[in-house]
Amino acid sequence: MGDMELGQPVIEVEDVSFRYAERGDVLPVLEDVSLTVAANDFLGIIGPNGGGKTTLLKVILGLLCPQTGNVRVFGQTPRKARNRIGYVPQHAQIDFSVPANVMDMVLMGRLGHSQWGFRFSRTDREAVRRALHDTGSEDLAERPVHHLSGGQFNRVLIARALAAEAELLLLDEPKTGMDPEAEKGLTELLHRLNQRLPIVLVSHDIGFVSAHLKRVACLNRRITSHSAAELTSEAIAGVYHRHVQAVHHKEACPVTYLSREESSENA
Amino acid sequence: MWQFFVDMRHNPFLGTGLIAGGLASLACGVMGPYVITRRIVFLVGAIAHMAVGGLGAAVFVKAHYPDMFAWLRPIHGAMVAALLGAMIIGVVRHHSSERHDTLIGALWAVGMAFGLLLLKFTPGYQTDLLSYLFGNVVYVSWADVRLIALLDVIILAILLIYYKQLLGVCLDEQQAALQGINVFTVNIVLLSLVALTVICLIQIVGLILVLALLTLPAATAAHYAGRLPLMMAVSVVVSLVVTTLPRVGVYGTGISPEPAIVLAAGGVYLISVIGRGRLWRGKKGV
Repeated sequence: MGDMELGQPVIEVEDVSFRYAERGDVLPVLEDVSLTVAANDFLGIIGPNGGGKTTLLKVILGLLCPQTGNVRVFGQTPRKARNRIGYVPQHAQIDFSVPANVMDMVLMGRLGHSQWGFRFSRTDREAVRRALHDTGSEDLAERPVHHLSGGQFNRVLIARALAAEAELLLLDEPKTGMDPEAEKGLTELLHRLNQRLPIVLVSHDIGFVSAHLKRVACLNRRITSHSAAELTSEAIAGVYHRHVQAVHHKEACPVTYLSREESSENA
Repeated sequence: MWQFFVDMRHNPFLGTGLIAGGLASLACGVMGPYVITRRIVFLVGAIAHMAVGGLGAAVFVKAHYPDMFAWLRPIHGAMVAALLGAMIIGVVRHHSSERHDTLIGALWAVGMAFGLLLLKFTPGYQTDLLSYLFGNVVYVSWADVRLIALLDVIILAILLIYYKQLLGVCLDEQQAALQGINVFTVNIVLLSLVALTVICLIQIVGLILVLALLTLPAATAAHYAGRLPLMMAVSVVVSLVVTTLPRVGVYGTGISPEPAIVLAAGGVYLISVIGRGRLWRGKKGV
């Protein structure tokens, strides 16, 4: 964690509002969102489609600049902290027409460490092998990128994020295109990874909010979070504007109230 | 056909033509894969035609100030214009909210019109201009060979330096940006390398047909290569074959070698497409 004192939050989002101004949007996608993520956190952010989940991740990454509010990652601006964040996008914009195999693609996670020249160093290759091993995808190394199943592709994307030696993992809808078996594998993988780094996971599917999550936040333009006892189907229905059947994980998953008061305490 | 090799002994232009073709194959073989995977074929066309503006400017300036610009050759103007065109297109693509294809189409036409206008105001009949537009592989001077060789060295050196960043940007622009790669710079570098490749190819097939050699060999290679370095190698070999064999083949027949080269490149590509189509159906068992 470098020169950071222990206990300082990894992510601090304060009163952030964002609207897609260039799209001509008048209504904000995010409104007064405040959020903190601690050093060993495993935060799940759930909410409906269009609720601003991906936008929030992009604000944390510094890909989007909020109109108001303040974002710090590892105590720095998002742009400066960017190479310490491993980001697994929902729709990775991989150009499958480029002839490359999985090894090539995961090596691109090393660009932050090694930009120049033709060959990647032994250190880079070892980091990639480790990342492939950690995600259980060593056997895919020689596979062309366009010959991966949805589940394999997601594992490889996580490997690419890990290869960068990320100190924080942001995942956007990681279970897209996964069958239940692959989903279980992913859940276990994330739990293992959370032993050494904080994870923020975004999903519209509350079923994915697993027992391993340490906290859950509900995001629908605003953060509306509830403690464990309160995270009932009514509360979630409020976020989704519809009735939701049941939430199975509420005992195992303590939900912290994420509000402006809490974050100002931490800051 | 064998007459070609017999005549090579007393006609040095036959040798320089082959060498120029081989050297240009190196440049277009390695750059072609970027052109097709980045889908910038249209941009290449624009850069090539904007180079006509530079040709015209060089000829114009030289005719009006012969003492000052005695050293200037039209290809120098073309090179400056192609590089300038690459920069403009790179900036426009990155910063403009206007529809990119419209803007680039406009640059394409305006650049060429500008060149034609300057030529109109240049005294004398510009015979060698046609050889820039349609290629002239029959009369390649050693000065041309040296220029192509120099451009090859520059292109390959920059490519080696930027290899990882280029691959990163081609594979996943957003991820490359997150890794701290300056995507804008890398795209400008790529377009500039393409512009230099266009200059390499002028003598071989001419500005109008440059597109063919920057796309067809690479598109053929894409059918067989699973990784970028291999695709480049295959594309270089295909380029070598299509720039050399037709040149030798049509010798003494009265057919112009430049269109023959382009037709050969198109033919190889078509055969590959059809062959692959058969393979694919065979696998499906239909």
